Amino acid sequence: MDIKLNTPLTKESIKNLKPGDNVYLTGTIYAARDAAHKKMMELLDKNEELPFDIKGAVIYYVGPSPTKEGEVIGSAGPTTSLRMDAYTPRLLDLGLLGMIGKGRRNDEVKAKIREHGAVYFAAIGGAGALIKKTILSQETVAYEELGPEAIRKLVVKDFPVTVIIDAKGDDLYEIGREEYLNWKHAEDK
Amino acid sequence: MRNIDSKEVTLAVKALVMDANYFLPEDVLSALKENKKKEKWLLATNTLGMIIENAQIAERDMVPMCQDTGMVVVFVEIGQEVHVENGLLEDAINQGIREGYEEGYLRKSVVSDPLNRKNTGDNTPGVIHYTLVAGDQLKIMVAPKGFGSENMSRLKMLKPSEGLQGVKDFILETVELAGPNACPPMVVGVGIGGTFDKCTLLAKQALMRKLDQYNENPFYRDLEIEMLDKINSLGIGPQGFGGQTTALKVSIEYFPTHIAGLPIAVNINCHATRHKEVVL
Repeated sequence: MDIKLNTPLTKESIKNLKPGDNVYLTGTIYAARDAAHKKMMELLDKNEELPFDIKGAVIYYVGPSPTKEGEVIGSAGPTTSLRMDAYTPRLLDLGLLGMIGKGRRNDEVKAKIREHGAVYFAAIGGAGALIKKTILSQETVAYEELGPEAIRKLVVKDFPVTVIIDAKGDDLYEIGREEYLNWKHAEDK
Repeated sequence: MRNIDSKEVTLAVKALVMDANYFLPEDVLSALKENKKKEKWLLATNTLGMIIENAQIAERDMVPMCQDTGMVVVFVEIGQEVHVENGLLEDAINQGIREGYEEGYLRKSVVSDPLNRKNTGDNTPGVIHYTLVAGDQLKIMVAPKGFGSENMSRLKMLKPSEGLQGVKDFILETVELAGPNACPPMVVGVGIGGTFDKCTLLAKQALMRKLDQYNENPFYRDLEIEMLDKINSLGIGPQGFGGQTTALKVSIEYFPTHIAGLPIAVNINCHATRHKEVVL
């Protein structure tokens, strides 16, 4: 099932998504990974404002390769999400609704996704060149000194992602495999 | 005695690191296409399609296929008749990495200290393995290694009594634990035997092998085929979304070992299995 979604997300726009849905995202997403998440926690600890509006936001776990002359951004595939698990529950509490990365999330993150009706998407790991083409512009919004780990505002058009964890907390990494194996065993009979 | 100027080494390594990041090896691309044809699960087929399309875009536009342009592993085979002049071979290789990563718009992903983590700014040092061989040639293979897959690799000192079943179980368990995190479809390199350090080196060398080649020893060849089949029955599939194509290949290298030991190392690589070589 191919679905087009705009950002910022709303609980309404994502509540019917299911694991395995192919979604094409258009709008602004925020690139942030390990170091930036750690810095954001430090801001929150000091009761300071985050560098962008978190309500309905989508964070993309990415550290792009350097930008070639005349291009918008370098290769920009996802990095492994579990490294951001420690920081994510707090951001979900503050209104973060979407995350794009790859790989499993822990139980606490899943529970928070369910609690807030958020969604976790996977971008294809290693498809840095393909994903790059859907990014129309980038702008550093915080922590320039972190280089590839800075927080960047990315404007994207039809960025292809797959729903992994939906608002109900169902997980494609579990369901997808199970469905495939059930089908295979039935086929093999 | 044959003289090779270290500047020649630098130029060669610079070209190799860029090529390795832009151009997926032919055998890997073929394996992806073949597996896509065999895949009957729709989401898996589409996912493989996007991975193949990505490789084609990277080649055409000369951009990295993956933004994790990796820490560079280098295998050097030095003929005993070779004399490297005008600088240390190691420095020349690192200079090649430095220049290639800068001019090729490749990401600088190396920190100088594993605990006090400051980026070195130039993706050096590489991890270099030297072998002395007969002759007067210098063969250099570079293999940028991304850490999504590297982080899912494992080593175990099995008891000899655990034997072949212990080996099979460990390989399967490692793939299972890696799952979606290693960006399947994976290429699995296995090292069996040697010492603690040797078996991990064997596993990485196994990853350098072309995907259409098997271990010359029929016992290990059969094991490679059997393990690939078992892995592709797990159902993890491309990107862990479900499907048949969890791995493209299992390659095994082995070495004599101690009477009291059975070391095994499994080095996971993702579908962006990158390596390029040159002979000087």
